[in-house]
Amino acid sequence: MVPDHEIVRQFSCTSGELELEFELVPRPRYGSVVPAIRNFGNLGWRIDAGRGVCWIRSSIPLRFKDGVAHACAHMRAGESAAFSLSYTENAPAVLPPLDQVPHRIETCVGWWTRWVSQMRYDGEFKEEVIRSALALKLMTFAPSGAIIAAPTTSLPEKIGGGLNWDYRYCWLRDASMTIRAMIELGYWQEASAFLDWMLHATRLTQPELHILYTVFGNRAPREWKSGLRGYRGSSPVRIGNAARDQLQLDVYGEVIDAAAQYAFHGGNLDLAMQKALAGFGDYVLGHWQLPDEGIWEPRTGRTHHTHSRLLCWTSLDRLLTLHAQGKLRGINVDQYKKQRDLIGDQIRRRGWNEKMQSYVSELDGDKLDSSLLLLSWYGFEKPDSQRMRSTYAALRNRLATRKGLLYRSESLPPEGTFAICSFWEAEYLALGGGTISQTRDLLQTLATYQNDLGLYGEEISEETGEALGNFPQAFTHVGLIGAVLSLDQRQKGEQQLAHRRESANAGQSHPTAA
Amino acid sequence: MNWGSWALSSLVATLALSTLMALSQGLGLTRMNLHFMVGTILTANRDRARLYGFLLHLVNGWLVSLLYVFIFETRHYVSCWFGTLLGLAHALFFLTVITSLLPTLHPRMATERHGPNSYRQLEPPGFMALNYGYQTPLWVFVSHAAFGAIIGALYRLQ
Repeated sequence: MVPDHEIVRQFSCTSGELELEFELVPRPRYGSVVPAIRNFGNLGWRIDAGRGVCWIRSSIPLRFKDGVAHACAHMRAGESAAFSLSYTENAPAVLPPLDQVPHRIETCVGWWTRWVSQMRYDGEFKEEVIRSALALKLMTFAPSGAIIAAPTTSLPEKIGGGLNWDYRYCWLRDASMTIRAMIELGYWQEASAFLDWMLHATRLTQPELHILYTVFGNRAPREWKSGLRGYRGSSPVRIGNAARDQLQLDVYGEVIDAAAQYAFHGGNLDLAMQKALAGFGDYVLGHWQLPDEGIWEPRTGRTHHTHSRLLCWTSLDRLLTLHAQGKLRGINVDQYKKQRDLIGDQIRRRGWNEKMQSYVSELDGDKLDSSLLLLSWYGFEKPDSQRMRSTYAALRNRLATRKGLLYRSESLPPEGTFAICSFWEAEYLALGGGTISQTRDLLQTLATYQNDLGLYGEEISEETGEALGNFPQAFTHVGLIGAVLSLDQRQKGEQQLAHRRESANAGQSHPTAA
Repeated sequence: MNWGSWALSSLVATLALSTLMALSQGLGLTRMNLHFMVGTILTANRDRARLYGFLLHLVNGWLVSLLYVFIFETRHYVSCWFGTLLGLAHALFFLTVITSLLPTLHPRMATERHGPNSYRQLEPPGFMALNYGYQTPLWVFVSHAAFGAIIGALYRLQ
């Protein structure tokens, strides 16, 4: 039998001697409760934790004092110690014996090794891609297939500052790039589960989409500030996320593009999925002209973001492609084409600043942000077009650091450089905005910022190179995988991001609008 | 004895008992999961254990209700209230006698004396099943009272 949830630790002294000290400080409800703890002899110690219970078991004697568990031992070569912390809430607990810990660790490692061996990528950045794929898999809620943005809340984007957010939810925005990463690495089952979850979780609000959901498919909770001090004095520590009340029109494009990738790679869009997608498309038809909070979720109000327009364009473009391929019914083709072209014209006219010779963050604006690199990712602009090249040059000029990293936006308060933006840059170069060698150099530079486990946070400190923001960050790892895959495809002369090939051609066929 | 009445009343009563216990688990009031506990007698697989446990518990409900019906028939009296009294007595017997014997009877249940081993790993219920939450006895009484009340209300004497 296996427990519902369990963490095991095994310490082995391989040579010499060592002093082992173990401490466990259980504090449920964000540290506000010192739980009741009771000794059950050979069964272990039981910790009451809200609706459920934790059991802590140790192969060396454990003492509890003031709600803190201590254990210490002097270990000699060949000796080992094992600990098990399990949690259950809807049935009697399962308490596996500690002498099974080595076997269970072996079984666990075997499972992950087999999972990794299914990966199709076998190139120069294999180790980085494996670590990223593992991070994504570990942030997947297995029963539903939902992938959270990060497992932490309020690790600061600026040490000592207030840019601390709760990321323990699923952002629909991550959908498209995540599905692409999973499918092209060979993890079809994970991609399929994620898409199923996405369309299932949003069923109650369709055709309207929320920005983020819990792993159970519920709306994310309202934001509140806990009394915790925060990491290195960075307070407040927020629980819940206020972005749940925002309007971010780009999520429609992300969800539809995810479905398009799934269908392009052979996945079947059943009637319910087709109906949902057509509903999203119709919603976009009626709302694309609205201002929104946009991809970076500022809390300063709504405006007309170029990136949001791009994803509205993507929504209609992908649905038209799916329809043309016979994979989608129930859309008004003429209306979709007309509105798609209207959005495209607006991006080319008002999203482009002639004086700066660059696309800009907001329509008729003069500020830049790194999401403009995605104009070529979604097939709106060819990466080697004059406009994309000069936009890239402007972005480098205004948002790049001396060490080559990118900030995400000129319009946001000071923070670290944004890790996924650098991977978007690498992918832009791989897609044709630069050379193979430029892409490799940038990826190699970015690899120096991962930690010893190959993990990235949301941001990277320009000064120290340390990770900032919630950690590890799924979106950053999705960006890494995407950039490496596009590089690999270019090196092999394969079609890149093939699901939007026709869209890219379509983008090229409207030069008059420029 | 009215066999048809017995079969129907005990089926409805057992389903009601299962529903009440499942409700109390879902609300986080107790971790007593009868289907899981009964099913793990047969299998270590969690999902199958719940299904087997449900079926086995259904059969068990029929068998135990035979005793209820036997008492009704020998006393030539049946009512909802009499059934409720029998249900409460049944719950008391379960919480005191059965739960104390369970670690010995259940092949996969650990004991506080010996701790878990490679086969016995299930947390024992403890006195009055309090290990599964302090509200567990209350819900056992409520669900068994409902069990007895339903048999008492639905059973027709021969």
